[in-house]
Amino acid sequence: MTAMCDVAFLLLTFFILTAKPRTDDPVPVDIPASTMKIQLPESDLATLTVGQKKVFFGVEGFEIRKEVLKQMSDKYKVPFTPEQIIKFSALPTFGVPIRMLPGFLDLDGDQKKNFKQPGIPTDTTATCELFDWVRTARVVTASLDNKDMRVAIKGDGKEEYPTIAMIIKVLQKQKVNKFALITSVKSVAK
Amino acid sequence: MAELDTSGGGKHKGGKVRSKKQSTRVDLTAMVDLAFLLVTFFMLTTTLNKPKAMDLVMPDKDEKVKDEKPVPESRTMTILLGKDNKIEWYLGLPGKPLAPPTTDNFGRNGIRKALLENQKKISDASGGKPMIVLVKPSDHSVYKNMVDIMDELNIAKIDIRAIVDILPAEVELLKRDGNY
Repeated sequence: MTAMCDVAFLLLTFFILTAKPRTDDPVPVDIPASTMKIQLPESDLATLTVGQKKVFFGVEGFEIRKEVLKQMSDKYKVPFTPEQIIKFSALPTFGVPIRMLPGFLDLDGDQKKNFKQPGIPTDTTATCELFDWVRTARVVTASLDNKDMRVAIKGDGKEEYPTIAMIIKVLQKQKVNKFALITSVKSVAK
Repeated sequence: MAELDTSGGGKHKGGKVRSKKQSTRVDLTAMVDLAFLLVTFFMLTTTLNKPKAMDLVMPDKDEKVKDEKPVPESRTMTILLGKDNKIEWYLGLPGKPLAPPTTDNFGRNGIRKALLENQKKISDASGGKPMIVLVKPSDHSVYKNMVDIMDELNIAKIDIRAIVDILPAEVELLKRDGNY
């Protein structure tokens, strides 16, 4: 019994230390499989989740999120309270226009989950919100961590190509020509 | 085994009452139960395999710089992505292709075979020069098609490739063959 207890607690400690809670995607995303096995970095990364023709944005790191929100708040003249900034720093990914963001941040857990997020407004011009989110996140990452931010696209396999093409255009507008496509692993079919 | 021993120590002799000897063993069952419950919980809520990524490099789209080298058409294979996971590919220029447009599908006997055959053909014809692949997804293709075709190019080790916007003539081609 003592040995079993020891093993159980050892495993428990291991899982608690390695735990990184699974982040729920706001829309169901079925990522396509590929044979590539490049690891994604865990920091200095922005993820664009794409599904049902909507784009969701998320950036890693609490401090980076806070700073990004502050700069976006200045740029779009949308004020945020300190509580809302703290709530935002715990938000892994979101997809609401910035004018709706204060209201969205005030919702509590369940309401937030059930809230139909309309996606971040995106078009091919250099003035759309997605462009500014990515750009601000890159500037903040460069100033706080002194590193280039990587951009990853997590797309639903059944998403039609025009949506993806639009995101790629937005990224290329700010000369982000290299990005990662998040895929699951499969072996080469022989 | 690990139960709390509450039976009296020894036999009762002559009605003498002895103080009970407490065992130092504690019942661990509940604790182990709890530990395993938590282990199960953490196992199910964590993602052990971290997401893998495929790097995608797009050609630089700078409107000002115009020093692009023309792509030699004799070494170019163009892959059009149509609807319902269908592919159409040809060699050379769309107007006068070196190999006629062929409808293909994903998989071992589909595009992978075609890629390897064309790679060999072009390499032989041009004296060992590599093949250039242009991927042109149409509006009716899905994201999975794009990932799949990039993956096939990785498997075939074709490094010179690009994702390019589709031309109207090529959309017509897809329409003609019922792939759009």
